[in-house]
Amino acid sequence: MADGNALLQLVPKAEGKQSMKDFKSDQEVRWCPGCGDYAILAAVQGFMPQLGLAKENIVFVSGIGCSSRFPYYMNTYGMHSIHGRAPAIATGLAASRRDLSVWVVTGDGDALSIGGNHLIHALRRNVNLKILLFNNRIYGLTKGQYSPTSEVGKITKSTPMGSLDAPFNPVSLALGAEASFVARTVDSDRKHLTEVLRQAAEHPGTALIEIYQNCNIFNDGAFDALKDREQAEEAVIRLEHGQPIRFGADGAKGVVRDPRTGDLEVVTVTADNEADILVHDAHATSPTTAFALSRLADPDTLHHTPIGVLRSVERPVYDTLMSDQLDTAVEQHGKGDLAALLAGNDTWTVVG
Amino acid sequence: MTSQVSSPAEQADGTDETVVGAQRKPVGAKDVRRLDRVIIRFAGDSGDGMQLTGDRFTSETASFGNDLSTLPNFPAEIRAPAGTLPGVSSFQLHFADHDILTPGDAPNVLVAMNPAALKANVGDLPRGAEIIVNTDEFTRRAMQKVGYDTSPLEDGSLDGYHLHPVPLTTLTVEALKEFDLSRKEAERSKNMFALGLLSWMYHRPTEGTEKFLRSKFAKKPEIAAANIAAYRAGWNFGETTEDFAVSYEVAPAAAAFPPGTYRNISGNLALAYGLIAASRQTDLPLFLGSYPITPASDILHELSRHKNFGVRTFQAEDEIAGIGAALGAAFGGSLAVTTTSGPGVALKSETIGLAVSLELPLLVVDIQRGGPSTGLPTKTEQADLLQAMYGRNGEAPVPVVAPRTPADCFEAALEAARIAVTYRTPVFLLSDGYLANGSEPWRIPEPDELPDLAVRFAQGPNHTLDDGTEVFWPYQRDPHTLARPWAVPGTPGLEHRIGGIEKQDGTGNISYDPANHDFMVRTRQAKVDGIEVPDLDVDDPDGARTLVLGWGSTYGPITAAVRRIRKEGGRVAQAHLRHLNPFPANLGDILGRYDKVVVPEMNLGQLATLIRAKYLVDAQSYNQVNGMPFKAEQLATVLKEAIDG
Repeated sequence: MADGNALLQLVPKAEGKQSMKDFKSDQEVRWCPGCGDYAILAAVQGFMPQLGLAKENIVFVSGIGCSSRFPYYMNTYGMHSIHGRAPAIATGLAASRRDLSVWVVTGDGDALSIGGNHLIHALRRNVNLKILLFNNRIYGLTKGQYSPTSEVGKITKSTPMGSLDAPFNPVSLALGAEASFVARTVDSDRKHLTEVLRQAAEHPGTALIEIYQNCNIFNDGAFDALKDREQAEEAVIRLEHGQPIRFGADGAKGVVRDPRTGDLEVVTVTADNEADILVHDAHATSPTTAFALSRLADPDTLHHTPIGVLRSVERPVYDTLMSDQLDTAVEQHGKGDLAALLAGNDTWTVVG
Repeated sequence: MTSQVSSPAEQADGTDETVVGAQRKPVGAKDVRRLDRVIIRFAGDSGDGMQLTGDRFTSETASFGNDLSTLPNFPAEIRAPAGTLPGVSSFQLHFADHDILTPGDAPNVLVAMNPAALKANVGDLPRGAEIIVNTDEFTRRAMQKVGYDTSPLEDGSLDGYHLHPVPLTTLTVEALKEFDLSRKEAERSKNMFALGLLSWMYHRPTEGTEKFLRSKFAKKPEIAAANIAAYRAGWNFGETTEDFAVSYEVAPAAAAFPPGTYRNISGNLALAYGLIAASRQTDLPLFLGSYPITPASDILHELSRHKNFGVRTFQAEDEIAGIGAALGAAFGGSLAVTTTSGPGVALKSETIGLAVSLELPLLVVDIQRGGPSTGLPTKTEQADLLQAMYGRNGEAPVPVVAPRTPADCFEAALEAARIAVTYRTPVFLLSDGYLANGSEPWRIPEPDELPDLAVRFAQGPNHTLDDGTEVFWPYQRDPHTLARPWAVPGTPGLEHRIGGIEKQDGTGNISYDPANHDFMVRTRQAKVDGIEVPDLDVDDPDGARTLVLGWGSTYGPITAAVRRIRKEGGRVAQAHLRHLNPFPANLGDILGRYDKVVVPEMNLGQLATLIRAKYLVDAQSYNQVNGMPFKAEQLATVLKEAIDG
């Protein structure tokens, strides 16, 4: 399945057939009963055999937070690191070991608050990492403070009169940080989540997947608008590359470009405007339309939330470039000769 | 030089402060005098090229075979306001026909490119020193700028010195009039004119500098030619002008050096080479994660030039990412390094704690500078010792290694790597700004002299469960070193998860069990305490009652002070620590043998605090935190008082 990605060819394949069970570690999963993390874990464990890589060449690196316990439950190599730093740690690992498939598991607080700097720099460098950002719009592990993706006015223990700061839109942020692959999916939609994982795994470079994840203890129902069968039809815009962007009952609604501003808007599809409905192009060189799509969602109601792959473009991968420079240096100067290096060009000899 | 403290050749450094000269048969019209050692200081605006001038004179001196020691001293600003005292940049060089240890206390010669350079440095000169001033810059306005109401060149205030007024700028511009250069461009070569003059005065070889200039300005041959012309004009000026009646010879220091091939090397360069050598000796690829910071950046620069050694350098978005990436690479089986200075260490602390918990090898190189906070970025200090020892949450012991001279940074890097890979632990390498930028001759080791640091990764199961199943336990320790196995991703069957949460002994699984935590805390401490380090050597030829104990870059000044005392018949013992954590096993015994222990440090007594706490010894601190290394004379006075008191 990985024919499209030369980088994936560097990671050894599994010798035999794998099953989901192969990827379950012997550790008891300790998330709260009903947590959206279970569904994501199951989806990832279910997807890994499809990917078919040797499991000893897969590494999950996480930061701190509920989601960051994830590596303990995967029977691969893993590191549960410190708050916000997983992208930095994973960058060093991926850049020095191109035979590994490196995954980062993080949350909205971990990735966008304390670790925001590392996230944006990983994205701009385009390190070969797959970043799963579990966004539950709340701090769970510290028991319920608002997060950098919480809606304005959020009442929490730390904001009894409502939160004051405007949230990040993780997809917009990633696009602004020069991300080459950005997708959004939902914990409860196993099929969609798996398909996004597949595309991310095949992408050479940094892939950011925002996964809307329900915290049933501190922010229960945060994504109900996208999950409730009736509401979702009007709220969710499913993006598919090469397809017109339509949603709603019988595709009654669509996305068109406003010729005056260049911005996108949602319209009711009519015979007159049907030809104007935007066709999704995840591979567009310019991130402009992907950014405009990311802004369609109402941050409060989540109406008009696009899910799927917003952007997937190929551009040079940091670890490949780094490795190429090492090869070039050897071509130009020969393999390093320590004795010659230590001696330098300016020596003198003392005879005994 | 870093030869044995007790070698007889070193006693020669106890000669008087004044230059010892011996009249020699005149050559031509000019006298040539032979000196055993000289201290020169070049000083000018930070844009005058004084560091380059000093570097070139150092190279010439090294290739001539003198022993030498250097002290660059420059402001943190790239181009501080011209002509001001804070903008003065200087480079001091001490060279000799014998083994020396420091850049020298007081210059015999000052080259002052402007009034600010004179004012900032004249106080350090002993009476009788030679002062070469660029008279072109001594305008009324420039002098007033630094508070000279009258010209020091004329008001008699320099009567005690041997003043050489030289219109360096005019002479340089005149020498370059054939070149197609603006006056401003021509003036820029005045540092090369000064270098040429000094090179004549001290009989320095010139080929190296001419070659250097041709190569540096390879793309601008006109500029190369102009600089060479200025350099030669300076030389010829010395040869012809009557003001310079005497030139000096300082013979090569052949007797001071054991046989071998030598080069001059700065601390940061030696440290970078030590890391590359450690990569070869461990047979692990080198990975540097770093964020630019003075005075550590040159290590990043240097390692970035050696990608053909398989060196990966990663300039991170911040200090935390620098060490984070290094730790990630360590997990993947690289020899991982992060380089920084004190403020960067503060930011890296949490990740160092993670490395302690993960028990992965990681070198944390701290080129100490003046603190706290931003402090004095370009000045030296030793005030990060306690930060290295204790600057983390929880019980997080980290071994600490400190080089003693610029060239010693090479071996110290190898030693830090040995500890890191053997014991699977982060290790602090505490250099400082003085070692980083200072330089000295170094006997180049042959690669087969280097220690074998071969590493064995875990390859298979290391534990058998009660039911007979063979499993891999990531925290199953080596009974001798207490190191845990290093199992790198890609090894089938050893898949495991590690993290910063407390782990169960053996399995490495998350454990909140109180007894297990107590055990793990004590085990991590025991691992570091049990690191095998060489016993401390004491240099005590006379059965002294007073011991002077140092660490790091104070080695040169302390040793020079000890020589002075002994030359005058005083008795003092000297020991110098390379290992600050753990201390050498015999340190307690040594401290107990002396009536007095004096600990000079460029901080407010951090090592003294450690040894007082650990050994209950009434150590006396002697401290200086002015951004500069100790002077030998100053330390000798302090030690004398301690001995006599």
